[in-house]
Amino acid sequence: MSNIPSELRYASTHEWVRDEGDGTYTVGITEHAQELLGDMVFVELPDVDDEISAGDDVAVAESVKAASDVYAPISGKVVAVNEDLEDTPELVNTDAFGDGWMFRVKADDASEVENLLDAEGYQNSIDED
Amino acid sequence: MSNKTVLHPKHIEAGAKMVDFHGWEMPINYGSQIEEHHAVRKDVGMFDVSHMTIVDVQGPQAQAYLRKLLANDVAKLTAKGKALYSGMLNEEGGVVDDLIVYHFDQTNYRLVVNSATREKDMNWLNGVASGFDVIITERPEFAMIAVQGPNAKEKAATLFSDAQKEAVADMKPFFGVQAEDLFIATTGYTGEAGYEIMVPNDAAADFWQRLLDAGVVPCGLGARDTLRLEAGMNLYGQDMDETISPLAANMGWTITWEPVDRDFMGRSALETQKAEGTHKLVGLVMTDKGVLRSGQVVKVAEGEGVITSGTFSPTLGHSIAMARIPATAQTTAEVEMRKKWVTVNIVKPSFVRNGKSVL
Repeated sequence: MSNIPSELRYASTHEWVRDEGDGTYTVGITEHAQELLGDMVFVELPDVDDEISAGDDVAVAESVKAASDVYAPISGKVVAVNEDLEDTPELVNTDAFGDGWMFRVKADDASEVENLLDAEGYQNSIDED
Repeated sequence: MSNKTVLHPKHIEAGAKMVDFHGWEMPINYGSQIEEHHAVRKDVGMFDVSHMTIVDVQGPQAQAYLRKLLANDVAKLTAKGKALYSGMLNEEGGVVDDLIVYHFDQTNYRLVVNSATREKDMNWLNGVASGFDVIITERPEFAMIAVQGPNAKEKAATLFSDAQKEAVADMKPFFGVQAEDLFIATTGYTGEAGYEIMVPNDAAADFWQRLLDAGVVPCGLGARDTLRLEAGMNLYGQDMDETISPLAANMGWTITWEPVDRDFMGRSALETQKAEGTHKLVGLVMTDKGVLRSGQVVKVAEGEGVITSGTFSPTLGHSIAMARIPATAQTTAEVEMRKKWVTVNIVKPSFVRNGKSVL
């Protein structure tokens, strides 16, 4: 069973969201998602300053097996992207919840985060798949 | 109910991720498909290929039968143990399967055919055999382990007896020899040196463990696919099938046209296809981000084609593919990827040999 940290929030499309405490939120894909995709070979990220809306496809995680869209879990402005993924996309495999983060968003409306799944809710959504 | 090879418990023990492969529960990887790929290119890896079907063909008319069955000509085989790659065609000139045949003498041959097509192949082999004095025998009592990579022969030899070492000492590529309990062949599906070793089922798990102990890295079907694609080797069911001419599958070199009176299965259809012209299987190279995938549409001035196999090449660091397209004078093609048209280079369908790019 994959690791699902309790301090994070989740989208049913397998993104995680971490509250950085300053109005920004870090986004990546879950351990479960990277397990399904296998070895990552390219990650296409949004640009800093992009305005994104919840549900938009804003990034692509491409593995040996398939290309998979990554959706914005919340709306806001992109304030940082993980440039290390350019040369070492395998960070998504080795540390999905840490060094494999993808981008950071300044939220338009922090209450959107409250609508995301908690760890238990995400576990249930995986079990239903 | 899915089939399991005798090495199945060893895969589970190693934490392999198992998948269904045409009715066989096989390892797709043991952690990282890319690391397994690099192990084979740079050192040594091993694959459980026990699911493949081993068939012995024996009898006074074994050679005559195989000269009817196969598009390549076993009469070219004179040295004991020499192997030949061939397509087995239907009357319409489509590929029933591709296989390797080992020649021992004119009355004694061994075939290795695909597992995905086992039942169809056995029916086909037996069907063509009517009227020939041959005996066709499946050999399910053997497991098969492919040990591949620049250090494969050296590592495998640490398990061999003195007699086995002597048997393989001066063996050239594409030969096979029975040495005590092992059938050892200098064949493979990776573009690297190495052996494919048939070992009795009851000795297979121990043999696998001793290879592990010698430092050989277990590799799954994922790495097997990226390795064979880099080497430009076809995968049956993907790059060709019963509806595809070998001329459209980069298998023209496996057809022996001379002597003209050898009436092998599919010959007359093949002659018509050759006269009329067919699509060609080419290599595609894309150095931009992204991965070419099977099923994507390919356009050249002469018309449209399709990617039959596509992947990220771990050795080259970018995407490669095989595509079946109209014969073209162009050196580039357009591929539709995720709703965009991308320009890629057309090359011969061979990308990596012995650890190095051949582009």
